[in-house]
Amino acid sequence: MRCNDAAGPLLPAAAPGTSLVDVAPAWLCAAHTRLASPGPHPVPETGLTLRGDIGGRHFEAHPTVRGDGSVAWWLVDDTGHQLAREALRRERERSAFLAKASNVLLASLNLGRCMDGTAHMAAENLADAALVIAPARGQRLPVVTCVRGGAPATTTVTVDLDEVPGLAEALRGFPPVPSRWIDPATAPGWMTPERFGPVGSIVITPLPGHGVPAGALILLRATETAAFSDEEEAFARLFAARAGAAMSAARLYAEQSTVSDMLMRELLPPDLHQISGVDFAGGYRPSADHERIGGDFYDVHPATVEGAGALVSLGDVCGKGLEAAVLTGKIRNTLHALLPLADDHQRMLSLLNTALLSSHHTRFATMVLASAVRRGSAVDLKLTSGGHPSPLIVRADGTVEEADTHGTLIGAIPNVSATTTTASLAPGESCVLYTDGITEAKGGPMGDDLFGDERLKRALAGCAGMPAEGIVEHVQMLAAQWLGNRPHDDMAVVVISAPRTHHLSAVNGHTRGRFTA
Amino acid sequence: MRTSTSPRLPHSEHAEESARLLWNAVSTSDEHAAAELVLRMLDDGADPESVLLDVIARVQGRVGEEWAANRISVAQEHAATAINERVVAAVSVHPAARTAVTRGRITVACVDGEWHGLPARLLAEVLKLRGWRVDHLGAQVPTPHLIVHLHNTRADAVALSSSIATRLPTAHAAITACQAVGVPVLVGGAAFGPEGRYAEPLGADAWAPDARAAADLLAEEPLARPETDHQQSDDLPHLADQEFTVVSRSSASLVRHVLTALEDAFPSMRAYSDLQRERTAEDLAHIVEFLATALYLDDEALFTRFIAWTAEVLVARGVPASSLPPALDLLARELMDFPRASRILRSGTHTLTTAHSTAAGNTA
Repeated sequence: MRCNDAAGPLLPAAAPGTSLVDVAPAWLCAAHTRLASPGPHPVPETGLTLRGDIGGRHFEAHPTVRGDGSVAWWLVDDTGHQLAREALRRERERSAFLAKASNVLLASLNLGRCMDGTAHMAAENLADAALVIAPARGQRLPVVTCVRGGAPATTTVTVDLDEVPGLAEALRGFPPVPSRWIDPATAPGWMTPERFGPVGSIVITPLPGHGVPAGALILLRATETAAFSDEEEAFARLFAARAGAAMSAARLYAEQSTVSDMLMRELLPPDLHQISGVDFAGGYRPSADHERIGGDFYDVHPATVEGAGALVSLGDVCGKGLEAAVLTGKIRNTLHALLPLADDHQRMLSLLNTALLSSHHTRFATMVLASAVRRGSAVDLKLTSGGHPSPLIVRADGTVEEADTHGTLIGAIPNVSATTTTASLAPGESCVLYTDGITEAKGGPMGDDLFGDERLKRALAGCAGMPAEGIVEHVQMLAAQWLGNRPHDDMAVVVISAPRTHHLSAVNGHTRGRFTA
Repeated sequence: MRTSTSPRLPHSEHAEESARLLWNAVSTSDEHAAAELVLRMLDDGADPESVLLDVIARVQGRVGEEWAANRISVAQEHAATAINERVVAAVSVHPAARTAVTRGRITVACVDGEWHGLPARLLAEVLKLRGWRVDHLGAQVPTPHLIVHLHNTRADAVALSSSIATRLPTAHAAITACQAVGVPVLVGGAAFGPEGRYAEPLGADAWAPDARAAADLLAEEPLARPETDHQQSDDLPHLADQEFTVVSRSSASLVRHVLTALEDAFPSMRAYSDLQRERTAEDLAHIVEFLATALYLDDEALFTRFIAWTAEVLVARGVPASSLPPALDLLARELMDFPRASRILRSGTHTLTTAHSTAAGNTA
């Protein structure tokens, strides 16, 4: 063999006369033998370049068969190229993983689901098993564990944080520490998932949230898997940053929604049911579908003294949305405080008027008050409207009567006046209180008609004898169908009914009545 | 998508007899008798799930049939349903229905605009009996509420109910929204068509024909967590032609045009009272709504089934269905630039002519 100057340093043993087998690596010798052997050569596959390692570097080998039958091998060093290609592949994989991680983590604002997603993705891509720990109050830690190929499982462990080196710091987020290795032999039992086998390496990585600690990620590898490289550890931190941000957002959302739920609970319309032998049912639909409260309201208060009527109030604060809802809360509280006067509607409205005028709100309201008391099988009603659409009474024969009560709206002028009317409901008859959101619903098949009083009365004529919640649902459904997808105001309906037959108290879910064994 | 078609339990004569008695009580608005009947069955050791599904659900099915056959009014239908609801509530608080939570958590809801809440209520009760922790959100749940609920709870799955086909576009939005926050969706109800054929095109993770099958399916194995990179527009590529959007958006003006044209074609209609005119307009709006839904799913059969059913209901109410073909023709004229809409309307007309000739043949 012969070699040029460049080949000298590469194959130091190569000298003229030596055999190729003694100086070149096996892959090159084999290729040479194939090429130099007599007889039909296997056709080399086009585009397939011969590659191999020589002395720790990577080469492409291109043969040229010369006229005298000898073969010249051109060796091209492509070590850098190979490394770059390998790095590119790894980076692509990682950015695809991070993109997927962001997708999964951004999808949910639920802390549990974020922890599940984090543990699952970490176990599939970074380690053989992963634990996600949320910061806890006290010593009970919520932990989601996921083994590669398995589903995430949630547990709560009671743990002394200082028992695990690095865990307390990671969960506190202070002092800021990078990932920390711990000796698998010292790891507490809860850290190793069941049937995982011997643990080879464990690394604890803090999950940094939006400026606050969001928890810790623990990655485990089995003994047969290689330990974490520095690069892998750095990558795990990139993932941890995303997971931490998502968990932190979920935690903030949960805290906020707990607060708003708590505040809203007082503003939500109550669930109505039977009180002292009178059926009550109510339905509410705020103007915006994403909201649960608005400017309409209703309440039913049981009588404060024996023999008096339950007080129903239904009203409409001018405006909609949260701001109007806050005022409905004030009105409802004020009415509640005025309950001892429930028998004197006009006095109640007048006191409420004064209260509203003296508050900083510039809004006013319309409302109707109804006292309902059972007398025998009938229900006696007292109805007073303060600038509100008159209640409608549905008789057993389908006649619909408008209650004769009128008055000024509340919270606008210093002196209010209203007339009170009385009525009696026979069994199966109902009194319907509603807000103008129903009658002013704009839509219908042609798209621009108001639902209107007449349509409401016509619909109610068909509701004779129906249970109270059936009437509420029927009215709500007709209004909703009339509207289609068009915008609308808040809508509220309350129905007071004299029970049709001997009433069954077991079915309102509050008492078991006579069916209790 | 997973579907379940578990065989129904053999109908016992006992259940049939109980259903008959319950129907008698419900149809006469005697809720006292209705609840007493059902509670006594439970006291006597009847299986609560069987009471819910083989007795109450059967009675509710009959309520719908009786309405379609014009034997009861819409208001009576509501009254019967309200009593059934109360009866279900009574079952749920009976000691026989007390079950410990042994499984995960399921959210049960009706699609926004869906007022038939009882099927979902029955499913919720059955799932409770099978040991699930159930959040029942009730009838017509706006999608934003459903999503807020899913963020606040860690539901393993959502069971979504819809009975009216025109709610399917809304159901699609709800399904996609649930999946986008990582929760799989099981759908059910008549809206999803024969054998649940619309469940898959709308991207649902599973479909079940009834509450019992739904409970079996959920018990079998947990529904897989949906992929979060799913694009809603990939489900129904035909929506790119904008026909659904245009037809659903111009519904009111289509109704107005067709109504005017009908009055020109049928002078007798000019003598209609306002109420009759409004009823006709409502019928037209309904046709347009079903047309839009058929466009959404690109399924002619959805429209033809509705047209055939409408013709039957009209006949049951003593109204001649003769105004339907001209209405469809006039709509087709308004929508002649829309190839899919035209095709669907033509098949509607075809359904009516064949149904009509069959009916005529029968009476001859």
